[in-house]
Amino acid sequence: MLTVVAIMFCGIGVGWLLRHRRLSFISRVITVLIWVLLLCLGIEVGMNPQVISRLTDLGVEAVVMCLAGMAGSLTLAWALWRVVLKKKGGPS
Amino acid sequence: MKGSMTIVAFFVLGIICGLFHLIPDGINIGRWSYIALCALLFCVGISVGNDTQMLRRFRSLDPLLLLLPLMTIIGTLAGVTVVSLAMPHRSLTECLAVGSGFAYYSLSSIFITQYKGPELGTVALLANILREVITLLGAPLMVRWFGRLAPISAGGATTMDTTLPIITRSCGQDYVILSLFHGFCVDFSVPFLVTFFCTL
Repeated sequence: MLTVVAIMFCGIGVGWLLRHRRLSFISRVITVLIWVLLLCLGIEVGMNPQVISRLTDLGVEAVVMCLAGMAGSLTLAWALWRVVLKKKGGPS
Repeated sequence: MKGSMTIVAFFVLGIICGLFHLIPDGINIGRWSYIALCALLFCVGISVGNDTQMLRRFRSLDPLLLLLPLMTIIGTLAGVTVVSLAMPHRSLTECLAVGSGFAYYSLSSIFITQYKGPELGTVALLANILREVITLLGAPLMVRWFGRLAPISAGGATTMDTTLPIITRSCGQDYVILSLFHGFCVDFSVPFLVTFFCTL
């Protein structure tokens, strides 16, 4: 974990040092790296028969976790919205 | 939407390559993806450090609204904690790691694959892609049911890029800066929270 976080902070440092230059190619590099990584993830999944045979179950789990997480964050966002409206005085 | 479709296409292409053994023997996929992950984080760091305008823009925000990223993080983790009780085969930390993706599917699934294997990585990928898709499709309804902060919270880490246009349309132009701020904070929390829950 430390290596990964350290690398990211090195990146922030480098980015800050180069702040007077526009590094527009970085976002393209990021996109390509993400493609490479997802390809690797797919390969690992494809070569693992245990994961392949459970793909439907894993999908169901994903739906459940996604909806639970979203429900939680929507509830708190709604609560904060109520507070914001009250502070402004009456509904807008 | 087009971006996430491309991602899914690469993932599916990978599965096909893996299934039919199209990858030559002797290539250590895990090692290569770790190197690519480090390179990715370095680039993400550069793009964060390079953008000095971003921090300046956030000063105009209402202090109360600065709490929104925290609400998103706490709410998501609470929701996932509740549902983990119904999943006896998954530990709480595994569920929290998946939840901590906050729709940032690429980074979170890669991290989780590194630490917990491709099975949980796949769950993380699907769960977080779904979160982005639901936000893109359901933003107007969320505004109606849960108020104007809801789509921003639902969008998680994506509210500074992929879901920003739909948020602008359904919440209004006034919420663009908040959406950027929210995305920035949640985005930044993903690598920390995911690795934290994976190594617990």
